[in-house]
Amino acid sequence: MSTLTQETPGAVATPADGAAGYGFARYLVVRFLLIIPTVLILVSLVFFLMRLTGDPISAAFGDRLTPDQLQAKLHQAGYDRPLPTQYLDYLRSLATGDFGRTVTDNQPVTHVLGTYGAATVELACYALLVALVIGVPLGMVAAAHRDRAPDAALRLFAILTYATPVFFVGLLLKLVFAIWLGWLPSSGRASTGVQLFLQDQTSTTGVYLIDALRSGDGTAITDVLRHAVLPGLALGLLVAGILLRLVRTNLIGTLSADYIDAARSRGVAPLRLVTHHATRPALIPVVTVLGLQIAGLLGGAVLTETTFEWKGLGYELAHYLTVRDFPAVQGIVALFAVVVAVTNFLVDVAAALIDPRVRY
Amino acid sequence: MALVLVRRLPLPRLRTGVGVQRAMLLTGLVLTALFVLTAVLGPALAPHGYAQLRDTEGLFGSQQHPSGSHPLGTTIAGYDVLSRTIWGARTALLIILAALLLSVVPGTVLGLVSGYLGGRLDRLLVGLADALYAFPPLLLAIVMSIVISGGQSSLVGGLGAAACSVAVSFVPQYFRVVRAEVIRVKSEPFVDAARVIGTGPWRIMTRHVLRNSVRTLPLIFTINASEAILTLAGLGFLGFGIEPNSAAEWGYDLNRAVADVTSGIWWTAIPPGLGIVLTVLGTTLLGEGLTDLADPRLRRRTDAPVPPADGGGDGD
Repeated sequence: MSTLTQETPGAVATPADGAAGYGFARYLVVRFLLIIPTVLILVSLVFFLMRLTGDPISAAFGDRLTPDQLQAKLHQAGYDRPLPTQYLDYLRSLATGDFGRTVTDNQPVTHVLGTYGAATVELACYALLVALVIGVPLGMVAAAHRDRAPDAALRLFAILTYATPVFFVGLLLKLVFAIWLGWLPSSGRASTGVQLFLQDQTSTTGVYLIDALRSGDGTAITDVLRHAVLPGLALGLLVAGILLRLVRTNLIGTLSADYIDAARSRGVAPLRLVTHHATRPALIPVVTVLGLQIAGLLGGAVLTETTFEWKGLGYELAHYLTVRDFPAVQGIVALFAVVVAVTNFLVDVAAALIDPRVRY
Repeated sequence: MALVLVRRLPLPRLRTGVGVQRAMLLTGLVLTALFVLTAVLGPALAPHGYAQLRDTEGLFGSQQHPSGSHPLGTTIAGYDVLSRTIWGARTALLIILAALLLSVVPGTVLGLVSGYLGGRLDRLLVGLADALYAFPPLLLAIVMSIVISGGQSSLVGGLGAAACSVAVSFVPQYFRVVRAEVIRVKSEPFVDAARVIGTGPWRIMTRHVLRNSVRTLPLIFTINASEAILTLAGLGFLGFGIEPNSAAEWGYDLNRAVADVTSGIWWTAIPPGLGIVLTVLGTTLLGEGLTDLADPRLRRRTDAPVPPADGGGDGD
């Protein structure tokens, strides 16, 4: 993952000319427009790669239909047209928010995205929460005890969270806490009964915790939370390690600043130096770099969801891949690309707002 | 080029490093050496073949507990777990080599040309690199595996899919680093001197600029290697990796172990998982140790006496 390298800015920054306010508005617009080529490149890449293998209908039904039936279906769906036409058509419908229909169960891809997106968002939130609760304090401890035993141990911990694939962490957690100790459920987002109860509620959000809280049912809330612990922990640990290292590195950078030396010479204790003097300036780059981890988080979510049968977009992606439903796969991947591009945009804007030196 | 890179490793610093850093580097070296040895000597070390289901005493049997004849038990399909874990190191080594080859060469060449020539091509490549860099390699790997082999992979197909997708996210990284270095190096007096005496741009790039711009690459190698293993394993775990009778692959074995875990069987999940962890741990520690030794900012002030006559450290 990228955070293990020293980040090298790709473009050479040129000083912004003109008044500050005007410059920022211009930066905002230019940076926003840059989302379009980014998404376009990724979506096109996936489109052409997928089409290299043939059309989705033959892929899904090729072995079950006669050639005539196949031809009829192909014609009906427009897959017998020239590839550039199909491509332009695909882009046009994407631009209007139409992601096409799944081949195997014939529902709008947007419907799939809507139904399962909430579950993935919920999992990602748990993971971020776990990461913040574990990563930030530990990063502070490591920086305060730099190059001594606690730092070394925490550094090893961070490297371990990176070296252990999220699905292996998931399997280990499952084995220990769900099977051997029997404390927590081993898979799913909720017990069957609770799941049915939650789906019966009026106006559901799809985020189980919110639905359960709104229903006010104590059993449902506990059940949903108990199911969230292990998946949240598995995915969260992955991000926690990255966060720990970021916090540590940035704190160490800030701790060598002159004003910290001044505070130290006044006799401020090491831990207090970290918590009261260095943390805030050190956290700004952390926020922005963490935003860039969204790609890793999404990849991790696919694996975590598969490990815990957490029925979100990642789980569905794996499912649609198995049945060779390419429009569904394309839709989910396209959505991921948009999410990544938009997050990167927001991160850049946040960085520019916080630090006026950041301009292109 | 490989030789140049190896010579540029800050190995002499091994003696001067701080305790923790030296321990990390040494652990990394040992783990990596063990991994490479296991991969190379795999056939001699493993008691059975990776796709072997029976020996002279008959079938191994499914989900057998660890015992004398199968120290780590057998899988649900009846493979010997220890053997498959050992053979898995080979597949992991192959994916590292394939991914490095596919990432380093294009990334370095593009970074060199783009940084040296600049202009419109440079801006285009930077934009492209940024777009690709942001994409989750695992998703790309999935798409690639479908393209290359329809999702059911032979050894070459699975390796190809993982290596290509890792390359897609790592070519931009080599590109960025090399490009940034090239931009710095090309304004140095010795490059100007070469230009003045009439050296052609291609020769300047390869002889003068490239050699001075690849200093930081060994550090990215290690991350690249880790990412290659993790991507192949992720692919295998999702069921898009290498079929069990083509090669032993840790991610695939973990995929098969999910159901075992639910029924309390630990011996099919933990060995391949540890294989991944120890290998990635080894390469990562190696990279970390090298970063620390190469980066004077990260050295403790008291422990870093100014080296006499060594001038600017690794600057040439």
